[in-house]
Amino acid sequence: MSRRLRMWVLATGGLGVAVLLVAAAVRLPRFGGGQHPYGERAVAASLSRHTAHVISSVNFDLRAFDTLGEESILFGAVLGTVVLLRQTRDERAVPPAPARILPALRRYARIMLPLALLCGLYVIAHGQLSPGGGFQGGVVVATAPHLLYIGADYRALEHIRPVGLYEVGDAVGEAAYAVLGIAGLLGGSAFLANLLPLGTFNTLASGGTVPLLNAAVGMEVTCAVVVLLARFLDQAVEIEQGPAREKGKRS
Amino acid sequence: MTDALTLLSLLLVAASATAAVVVRDPSRQALVLAVLGLALAVLFTVLQAPDVGLSQLAVGSALTPLLILLSVRKVRRRGQPEDGER
Repeated sequence: MSRRLRMWVLATGGLGVAVLLVAAAVRLPRFGGGQHPYGERAVAASLSRHTAHVISSVNFDLRAFDTLGEESILFGAVLGTVVLLRQTRDERAVPPAPARILPALRRYARIMLPLALLCGLYVIAHGQLSPGGGFQGGVVVATAPHLLYIGADYRALEHIRPVGLYEVGDAVGEAAYAVLGIAGLLGGSAFLANLLPLGTFNTLASGGTVPLLNAAVGMEVTCAVVVLLARFLDQAVEIEQGPAREKGKRS
Repeated sequence: MTDALTLLSLLLVAASATAAVVVRDPSRQALVLAVLGLALAVLFTVLQAPDVGLSQLAVGSALTPLLILLSVRKVRRRGQPEDGER
């Protein structure tokens, strides 16, 4: 394909996308307006299910199946990472030497670690009440222990992070979501149907299955991100080329 | 007032996104990406989508730059086989 032809193909494609985008956006509600047909219906549905946070109601109740897909994407991606970044036969793990840390940095990590952990857990626990939820809080909880890598060293982090346990937690979180869905199928009307008592509006236990699904996602995301970072950290810090001591390099 | 805030955060996003493209060194790019994540989080919050803002803050400005930095470190270490510990 010549350069000229390629530019023509690009221009045609770009023009097509532009036309479709404009056509799709012409009849949208005005930007920043107070009225939104989908929003109004979602709010009404959310209030009828006693869920104070409408986004969580959409994610974990109205479109809970969609969230199962999203959760599975992360699960699959982490599974792929674990397989790809494993220690292969021609590699060896060299434990990194203890690093020198500035006292100020150490103090910062010591203060921030529990704070970040608490923030993350709060965001997960209040997913059905205020902005946040399993996804956002899970990432915060998962990154919190890694402050130990900044404030101490890699060995300290490895101490409080048994990767095998987090791998199990990842699978349990994913399975819990599916099991809750099947429970809805058996006890209610459909897969992921909200069959639990709805509770009092704006309390921690309100929303039926929403807090449970939210917690399952929180657990899955937390463990998935920890495993993901563990694999990347292992590769960046520990794993080196070359099978044993004697032959340094071949490639 | 809200319009001005929206415009400001949009400009911030455009500026930091351009910077992320212009900076060519991957490890610096990761830091600029973190700033871009922060700008996007501000934009989402101004547009009354705090959920998306939180996700953006956690993933876009913390997790992604960290993964990029770790990848860069791995690639650099592979470049110098015998002990070149920093």
